[in-house]
Amino acid sequence: MISLDVVQLSRLQFGLTALYHFLFVPLTLGMSALLGIMETVYVITGRTIWRDMTKFWGILFGINFAMGVATGITLEFQFGTNWAYYAHYVGDVFGVPLAIEGLMAFFLEGTFIGLFFFGWNKLSKGAHLMVTWLVCLGSSLSALWILIANGWMQHPQGAIFNFHSMRMEVTDFAAVLFNPTAQAKFVHTISAGYVTGAVFILAISAYYLLRGRHVEIAKRSMIVAAAFGLASALSVVVLGDESGYVATENQRMKIAAMEGMWNTEPAPAALNIFGIPDQEHHLTRYEIKIPYLLGLIATRSISKPVYGINQLVVEAENKITRGMKAYAALEILQKNPDEKSAQIILADYQNDLGYGLLLKRYTDKVIDATPAQIKQAAWDTVPLVAPLFWCFRFMVAIGLFLILLFATSFVMLAKKRWENKWFLRTAFYSLPLPWIAAELGWYIAESGRQPWVIEGVLPTFLGTSSLSTHSLITSLSGFILLYTFLAVVEIYLMVKYIRLGPPSLENA
Amino acid sequence: MFDYETLRVIWWMLLGVLLIAFAVMDGFDLGIGMLLHYVARNNEERRVVINSIGPVWEGNQVWLILGAGAIFAAWPDLYAISFSGFYFAMLLVLFALILRPVGFKYRSKLHNIYWRAMWDLGIFIAGLVPALCFGIALGNVLQGVPFYLDDMLRDFYTGSFRELFNPFAILCGLVSVVMLIMHGGVFLAIKTAGNIQKRAIHAAKICALLTILLFAIAGYWIVFKIAGYILTNDVSHIAASNPMHKQVMLQVGAWINNYKNYHALLIVPLSAFIGALAVLLLTSLRCYRLAWIFSAIAISSIIMTVGVSMFPFMLPSITHPEMSLLVWDSSSSQATLTIMLIASAVFIPLIVLYTGWVYYVLRGKVTQDEINKNTNAY
Ligand code: HDD
Ligand code: HEM
Ligand code: HEM
Repeated sequence: MISLDVVQLSRLQFGLTALYHFLFVPLTLGMSALLGIMETVYVITGRTIWRDMTKFWGILFGINFAMGVATGITLEFQFGTNWAYYAHYVGDVFGVPLAIEGLMAFFLEGTFIGLFFFGWNKLSKGAHLMVTWLVCLGSSLSALWILIANGWMQHPQGAIFNFHSMRMEVTDFAAVLFNPTAQAKFVHTISAGYVTGAVFILAISAYYLLRGRHVEIAKRSMIVAAAFGLASALSVVVLGDESGYVATENQRMKIAAMEGMWNTEPAPAALNIFGIPDQEHHLTRYEIKIPYLLGLIATRSISKPVYGINQLVVEAENKITRGMKAYAALEILQKNPDEKSAQIILADYQNDLGYGLLLKRYTDKVIDATPAQIKQAAWDTVPLVAPLFWCFRFMVAIGLFLILLFATSFVMLAKKRWENKWFLRTAFYSLPLPWIAAELGWYIAESGRQPWVIEGVLPTFLGTSSLSTHSLITSLSGFILLYTFLAVVEIYLMVKYIRLGPPSLENA
Repeated sequence: MFDYETLRVIWWMLLGVLLIAFAVMDGFDLGIGMLLHYVARNNEERRVVINSIGPVWEGNQVWLILGAGAIFAAWPDLYAISFSGFYFAMLLVLFALILRPVGFKYRSKLHNIYWRAMWDLGIFIAGLVPALCFGIALGNVLQGVPFYLDDMLRDFYTGSFRELFNPFAILCGLVSVVMLIMHGGVFLAIKTAGNIQKRAIHAAKICALLTILLFAIAGYWIVFKIAGYILTNDVSHIAASNPMHKQVMLQVGAWINNYKNYHALLIVPLSAFIGALAVLLLTSLRCYRLAWIFSAIAISSIIMTVGVSMFPFMLPSITHPEMSLLVWDSSSSQATLTIMLIASAVFIPLIVLYTGWVYYVLRGKVTQDEINKNTNAY
């Protein structure tokens, strides 16, 4: 059987390296758009201060971009190094968006980023502007394709299990492409990136204004950031709600866990704004509820119920028994692929095959599982409730606060109140918030789909490579050392160049 | 569109094309990384060398990322078994590759000699380690890799990290290192002048000679020492992918059977020698652009030699030969191969087009003057 230590360590390693990658991604997404906007203003108005702004923020963008690229390769490699069975089982479907991401997005980004930095003296104004926008386009397309891949993990559609090759295979690529989960994720994540870029520029400009330095550049940057940021913050929240709605349809357990909702609420369900979830006793203590709200948000109706964890576990139990039948048929087919009756059984039950595989944790044979083991496996489908519950509330709080921040900035700038210290300080200290929200968001999205690596299809504990615990401890330590070193270097350089400010353009 | 058998062969060839594109396009970046300390003796010279690839290496590296992505999508089992089997070798490559973007971007951000020396070392390692490891990996693939599959097709790798470093594999690693140094040297000959150019040409010539020598030794080894794999039953070329339905036999020298059956294929290893010889000649004649093309031909031929010798094997298993991965039984489904082919047919020409434009914009030699004017130069 598979060692659970290896599973936990693989998850830890993937989770840490992915969260680390996503420290750099949102800033690339947001700043590439903001650089495009600034340079467009330069080309239209011909005022060189806008070119200097583009160049100055470009330096910070470059420092961040290098880390984004470096840490992205890690993730791409890890599907093979650490998730070998996953790669075998779903590579036929999942590999496609990943490969297209390379073809369509990374080449665009990687090729034109060089010209962005080295092309100022070699290209006409218009050509350079085009290059900048192509970099932005590349990074947005990269987000699109990776989220199509990730959306498929959350809501696998358009593929079917093939018992000859023992894996999932594409049947309907359009369904993989136009997966509603992927779309919801894309718009929410990319606006999260825009918000991050906007907060970054807003906060650093506020710092310059507080010190009375580089005032001309800081003021203009702040205007761009505030306008762009307000629009993106609004869309993060609206589109975050869309994510929640899609999850209600397709990942009911995740929503129930995020809400700490143990029992199905009669429609329309109430929204919990506070509570202490207790996983062991299957209840949430000290709840404070707002009537109707969850039903409205999650189902967009007042008549549909929102399912609770306990009920979903019962449902999972039924799926597991059906999955066992699929597994039994699969075993017959492995010995005799032409056995007709087994083919029919498998076709009937294969949507629940994944639930049968959940039993592999308790018995290798699956079909000999005891009722107690089935119950245990059914309870395994519940993710960790308390962290989900709290992370979600923090993310939402940050989202609402950022709308407030940008709305205030907008008003302040419209009234030309550049010297209000209180406002500038708030803007400066908001700097880490979008990163915190984005990391929390990924934690919710990924941890909320546990125990599945592909929802309903492949349990996480089956997805790993057959490595030893020792190998994983070594590699994980290596990552922690290297990444810590790089984090120190990156932050040091960022701070240095922020301190230097636009004059760094002359003496770099 | 195409039938399953044709698609499998096309994707076998495209895999080769992508690996070659990586070796040719990113190969000179790796080679220049390895040459950095030799051709450039002070900071000014190093900046010239680094900036000769400064604007393009990032796009070039995507060939590697695309190669990995395409293997994942088109040959999922190959991806799974090789990446997880060569776990630490892959991580070494990864760590080295991580040093590259930051090395380039950060080295000139502080004016401190230790800082620069640290990143220069990083750039050197980022050239050497991937070049060596990829060669060593291919050397192991040629001998067969210890792995087996269970009834759920989960793979188990039974070898150790140390075993990867056997004599033949190390030889393959060295071939890969010297051919990429040759390639980088020739590129520097085009892009630089003066002392740097002189040293680069010197290194390119030595490495062209070494490429010929080491490749010949490896050839001898393959013919007379290494057991190749032979398929002994008929395997369906159009069945669903499952590597468990075949019989395989090992025999010393079997990797040259394809050449025995089709003599015309001998052109592939031969053009590796011709390419490297042409590099020697053309660098002496100062035709550096042409030399670069022949260096690319040499590299491509060396990689193709491996593929052509092994066809239809992709990843042989030394402990369970009957579970080796073949072109016929380890690909993605027909639908996936078709979708990927369409995507590649649309985007690869586009990529070549805009990459070409970028090289055109950046044409000409890199000079110190120019670097000092550009605040973004590395
Ligand atoms: C929403 C956006 C997003 C998400 C969820 C991810 N990435 Fe990413 N990735 C980007 C957005 C991005 C980017 C904005 O395009 C980056 C970041 C900075 C950069 O240079 O490009 C990038 C870089 C980047 C690179 C280097 C590309 C290059 O050389 O230009 C690779 C190989 C990956 N990523 C792979 C992955 C994988 C395998 C992920 C999933 C586990 C992943 N990324 C999650
Ligand atoms: C960059 C943004 C991402 C972040 C920050 C992130 C975060 C995480 C975290 C925290 C985990 C661990 C979950 C747990 O074990 O509780 C995880 C697991 C995982 N994620 Fe993501 N994720 C990201 C994007 C993606 C994408 C785009 C994919 C697929 C294309 C993906 C695939 C996986 C896989 C395969 C695992 C391991 C299995 C598991 O534990 O579920 N992740 N990720
Ligand atoms: C009121 C505000 C917000 C709401 C209602 C909201 C809602 C959601 C929901 C429901 C998910 C989980 C999607 C799923 O896995 O099914 C999610 C994920 C996520 N959130 Fe938010 N969010 C809000 C604010 C923010 C903010 C401010 C940021 C960052 C700046 C952010 C970044 C993310 C990210 C990166 C993810 C993971 C990717 C994804 O699943 O789309 N969110 N959000």
